[in-house]
Amino acid sequence: MRQRFWFRPPYAALAGGLLSLALLLAVATAPADPPFIVVASTTSTEQSGLFGHIAPRFTEATGVRVRVVAVGTGQAFAIARAGDADILLVHDPDGEAEFVAAGFGVERSPVMFNDFVILGPANDPAGIAGAQSAVEALQRIAAAQVPFASRGDDSGTHRAEQRLWAAADIDPAGRWYRELGSGMGPTMNTAAGMDAYVVADRATWLNFHNRQNLVILFQGDEVLFNRYGSVLINPERHPHLKHDLAIQWHEWLVSAPGQAAIASYEINGEPLFFPNAD
Amino acid sequence: MSTAAKDPVRAASLLPLTLEQVCFRHGDQTLLQDINLSVSERGKTIVLGPNGAGKSLLMRLCHGLLDPSSGDIRWALDGRDAAPTIRRQQAMVFQRPVLLRRSALANVVHALALQGVARAERTARGEEALERFGLLPLAGRPARVMSGGEQQRLALARAWALRPEILFLDEPTSALDPSAVKAVEDAVLTFHAAGTRIVMTTHDLGQARRLADDVVFLCDGRLLEHTPAETFFRQPQSAEAAAFLRGDLVW
Amino acid sequence: MDENPLTQAFRLILELDPALVGIVSLSLKVSLSAVAVAAVLGLPLGALLALYRFRGRGAAVASLNALMGLPPVVAGLMIYLLLSRAGPLGSLGLLFTPTAMIIVQTLLVFPIIAALARQVIEDLWDEYREQLQSLGSGRLRAIPTLLWDARFSLVTGVLAGFGRASAEVGAVLIVGGNIDGVTRVMTTAIALETSRGNLALALGLGIVLMLLGLLINISIYVIGEQTKRRLG
Repeated sequence: MRQRFWFRPPYAALAGGLLSLALLLAVATAPADPPFIVVASTTSTEQSGLFGHIAPRFTEATGVRVRVVAVGTGQAFAIARAGDADILLVHDPDGEAEFVAAGFGVERSPVMFNDFVILGPANDPAGIAGAQSAVEALQRIAAAQVPFASRGDDSGTHRAEQRLWAAADIDPAGRWYRELGSGMGPTMNTAAGMDAYVVADRATWLNFHNRQNLVILFQGDEVLFNRYGSVLINPERHPHLKHDLAIQWHEWLVSAPGQAAIASYEINGEPLFFPNAD
Repeated sequence: MSTAAKDPVRAASLLPLTLEQVCFRHGDQTLLQDINLSVSERGKTIVLGPNGAGKSLLMRLCHGLLDPSSGDIRWALDGRDAAPTIRRQQAMVFQRPVLLRRSALANVVHALALQGVARAERTARGEEALERFGLLPLAGRPARVMSGGEQQRLALARAWALRPEILFLDEPTSALDPSAVKAVEDAVLTFHAAGTRIVMTTHDLGQARRLADDVVFLCDGRLLEHTPAETFFRQPQSAEAAAFLRGDLVW
Repeated sequence: MDENPLTQAFRLILELDPALVGIVSLSLKVSLSAVAVAAVLGLPLGALLALYRFRGRGAAVASLNALMGLPPVVAGLMIYLLLSRAGPLGSLGLLFTPTAMIIVQTLLVFPIIAALARQVIEDLWDEYREQLQSLGSGRLRAIPTLLWDARFSLVTGVLAGFGRASAEVGAVLIVGGNIDGVTRVMTTAIALETSRGNLALALGLGIVLMLLGLLINISIYVIGEQTKRRLG
């Protein structure tokens, strides 16, 4: 008769055991935490250091920890729509209103503002320092065809910059207009490297260390104000979220202690954000 | 004394082994053709033939590492449940021993584990086998750093531990120096004395004369002679075997 | 005057700054767990692909090799969509946790380990097949034997996997969220410091990352060489 190789397969069971052990280990590494909320916010609030300043004060007052997922405004909205964050803190009032109108959010409260500034190389080749308005400054940049670095990432800052171009009646295009698709910090790193103009938020700028030739060339126009709002997520859409804790955070932000915490955040004696709760 | 022949576990004998009209083809080449052979219960069969005659192939077919393209390979033991027994009661030693990256003793123990020997017995049986081939002092030595001769002895010890009824050896000494060759030949005689059936290929005619009880002569994929050794070396039947013995056939 | 950021980075290391220690240990925990899970899954799978011939094997091997080049950002996006509340596994609540980061890194490392295991085991099987078959070992039973005997070569693949896991930033950023003290690891911390324009501090952290990788590689190399010399 023909011979067949015989074998016993005790190792299948062994491999299965090891596998489940490894998975168990992986899951077990998720720490057992004190109560916390996940705040979807913008890179500007995280990178400027604001959260590092105010979150511990909130935790001290309530025992609730704050986990910040800092992304572009567009992505922050997407995360909140998917139900992956308990609350939003962003700076796009139009987008926030839409988010509430579409039924994803239930309430928007103004929290604070800071402002955008237009940065550029110190020698100011487009001569925007003498412009009368932000719109005029952008028109001079477009006319001079000097490099301009745009976030290009659908963030709040990018949306604000696009509103300015629209107000200036310019459709920015051409080799001088460079869409980077990056956060504020990387965009400033790039702008500094290629002596480009850039619209930035003041908070991130004040916390930015790789300035090279970059300086503030234009500021103060009211259209450059950057308004931050806190948006509560609709509990009917995402019942699993920690709405009670989120409301605690939301109310603390606009309360006297919360507003004072925001106002007290300074870099080199300069405040970065100005509380403006109703 | 523990010998293969006296192993109480062994219920029935595998032998004789019968090959009937066995052919092996690879692509459109016929490498072995119409082999008819009977391997009896006792003795030492030496398979001779020039290079490319199909000696190693014949060993692998008998040992079950390859399946014949046509024809039958039959053991005396047969039936539905015979396959594991058939596998367990034979062993093979290759030209270049394949040893695992672990100690000499662990190599033997691994083979015993594959054979289904109870865990408690393995070490004792492994040590007994190593001792028989003078390897017990090297039991803890990694197998891969042993000398060529020691490695081949370890392969023989591993085969010994399995207590095979039949042992195939494929050119076991062709890569070894003379002192190691002597040790392998002694080992073959040890197996024989314990009642193990020996089937071995070699291209060392002196070795064949020293060891053979009977000779199978292959040439160009055909079995030309199977005669007692004395007959074969004194009076070969075929012109090819005569030429081979004179050294006229290229090996 | 401000402290030189490079000096600052090394001061943080030497003083075992708690935040830095937390980041480093989380990096190690995430990447080592991912490599462990990927090895437990990938080594046997690679061995199965090496030993068995079946319909679709070629496609499986090709896709495994292609997956080695899976961009971390894409892996991150896939796992994000899977773990998001809106996704199929959303109810597990794993998004923005270290577990999510382990999962995504496992996805990145697994193809490297499995593909290398397939190659190594296939070569070793060529050498061992007749002997193992002669000893009565079936293919399935041969897998642990082959994996053990190939351990020195396989360690290289596992190390390459660890390198990919600990070096990547795109995937853990998306599924971890770079949350301070919770999911911030070396690479996402480096990205953040770069965003802040703290290039020297970022570089300092990068040097720590490289030193850690070097340390792990050297220790495994030394252990491996010693064992190899001993075992031949």
